[in-house]
Amino acid sequence: MSTANPATSAGPTFRKPPRSGLLLTGVAWIVGILFVLPVLWMALTSFHSEPDAATNPPSIAAPLTFDGYKAFFDSGPWPSILNSVTASLLSTVLVILLAFPAAYALSIKPVRKWTDVLFFFLSTKMLPVVAGLLPIYLFAQSVHFLDNIWLLIILYTSMNLPIAVWMLRSFLAEVPVEILEAASVDGAGLARTLRSVVAPVVTPGIASAALICFIFSWNELLFARVLTGTVAQTAPVFLTGFVTSQGLFLAKVCAASLVVSLPVLIAGFAAQDKLVQGLSLGAVK
Amino acid sequence: MTTVDTPARPRKQAAAPPGSQGTLLRKTGDWARRAPLLPALVFMIVVTQLPFLVTIVTSFMDWNAYYPDERAFAGIDNFRRVLTDANTRQAILVTILLTAAVVLISLVLGLVIALLLDRKFRGRGIVRTMMITPFLVVPVAAALLWKHALYNPEYGLFNGVLTWIFGDNAPQPDWISNQPLWSVIFALVWQWTPFMMLILLAGLQSRPLDVVEAAGIDGASSWDIFRYMTLPHLRQYLELSALLGSIYVVQNFDHVFTITSGGLGTANLPYSIYQTFYTAHDYGRASAAGVIVVIGTIIIATLALRSVSTLFREETGR
Repeated sequence: MSTANPATSAGPTFRKPPRSGLLLTGVAWIVGILFVLPVLWMALTSFHSEPDAATNPPSIAAPLTFDGYKAFFDSGPWPSILNSVTASLLSTVLVILLAFPAAYALSIKPVRKWTDVLFFFLSTKMLPVVAGLLPIYLFAQSVHFLDNIWLLIILYTSMNLPIAVWMLRSFLAEVPVEILEAASVDGAGLARTLRSVVAPVVTPGIASAALICFIFSWNELLFARVLTGTVAQTAPVFLTGFVTSQGLFLAKVCAASLVVSLPVLIAGFAAQDKLVQGLSLGAVK
Repeated sequence: MTTVDTPARPRKQAAAPPGSQGTLLRKTGDWARRAPLLPALVFMIVVTQLPFLVTIVTSFMDWNAYYPDERAFAGIDNFRRVLTDANTRQAILVTILLTAAVVLISLVLGLVIALLLDRKFRGRGIVRTMMITPFLVVPVAAALLWKHALYNPEYGLFNGVLTWIFGDNAPQPDWISNQPLWSVIFALVWQWTPFMMLILLAGLQSRPLDVVEAAGIDGASSWDIFRYMTLPHLRQYLELSALLGSIYVVQNFDHVFTITSGGLGTANLPYSIYQTFYTAHDYGRASAAGVIVVIGTIIIATLALRSVSTLFREETGR
């Protein structure tokens, strides 16, 4: 189908001259390299010794070392990484448990005014989180719930639930009604229909929603910074400790940034196509 | 839609022909249909709407944590102070500038790159993967990377490259001090362009190719095809990515906090509210500023949603 392929191109008028194709390919490669370069630079710097990391001009060929990583892991990041894992995973599970039935109600058997409900969910994403932060802080303070990982789990669930409902709804809308009818005729109840008929069909959709929720929870900073202290601190909050650090810790900062980004980088690379569907709330297939 | 808006009562319509689409709907009542929706709905109302109500109440109160005894009703005092405050006005301006610049630049860049990647060429998958990478770096980490490893005037990569090219007399600008807002904007554009590119690329690939080829055979130029076929097809995707991008960039906190700490005139509304609340402990003013942000967001979002809802219009109820 590709117009660039002369064998299938229908007419000679539309065949692109090969030279411009080569040029565009070159431009695409250069743009791609430019975008990934800062990350590569961060990776290279993280393997340099501190004096080599902070030179001008840059010392690309400097000997590689794990000192930056050692310094980072010696600074005690594990509790915060563990908190991030807990908060992200548990809130993702909660989101899917809540969003799946809701999306089912909104897509397969629409309730009245279903578009209104759907847009209500999306509108909560537009409420700037800072506007709700103060009451949450005061409430948590009064019931001694500050610096508790469950507070973050609940807030991350509310942060990602609208996205998940939108995404899952669009995936569920593709389940053929006939299958549901058949299940209904066979006497399957709601729970059984969801579990044995609908769930298998939309598993890819669930996976993509879960991936997006995990990434957003993992990345979140504002709630975590305001509502946690020493006990429930997450990895991004741990990283903000480097905001004021200067000069000689560049390799450590780069190592820390890379380690904290690693779960998202791996998950994102592994599921590039799902990422698109997820990011566009399922609107783009 | 009709079967949805006027759901038939199960008993009266029991004689309906089996196998029709209505059968399933008729077997369960209204409540059975609503029940699965309720947990999510209740959860969202409790966790997001109730706090906001408290914010509205607090915005009418004189309440500073440093003076807990002086808590009192303040009327519209907080709003007056917030709206006449030069710093808040600056923060509003910064928020608008930052959001508009980041969304527009990354949208245009994303479109160009999506068009580049919409062709088959050697290593397309690799280039796409490289392009996505910025979006997958944790925002705080990305901001740290730009601040320390790239922008730093003494050992950052940018000035290092200048030294490479021009030697010892190379200009060594202090990027963040000279252009604080643009420093934040560029770091954000780097992170958000992949997002725009991904959605637009998916939009491009959903374009019916046979029509495009037919236009090519009929002698339409590449520009004509782009202008009259690709761009109209992409409209919904452009709107969707602009809307979603704006939702996130308006609320940006991580980059402002990390790169400039809100200094040098780069404090946007989320950051300045964070400061009013977290550093100055002026709960009343912070709440008033929060309410103003929400009103502004609702106005913009209502307009934006109206255009984007076309994307979802085709799927009506079943």
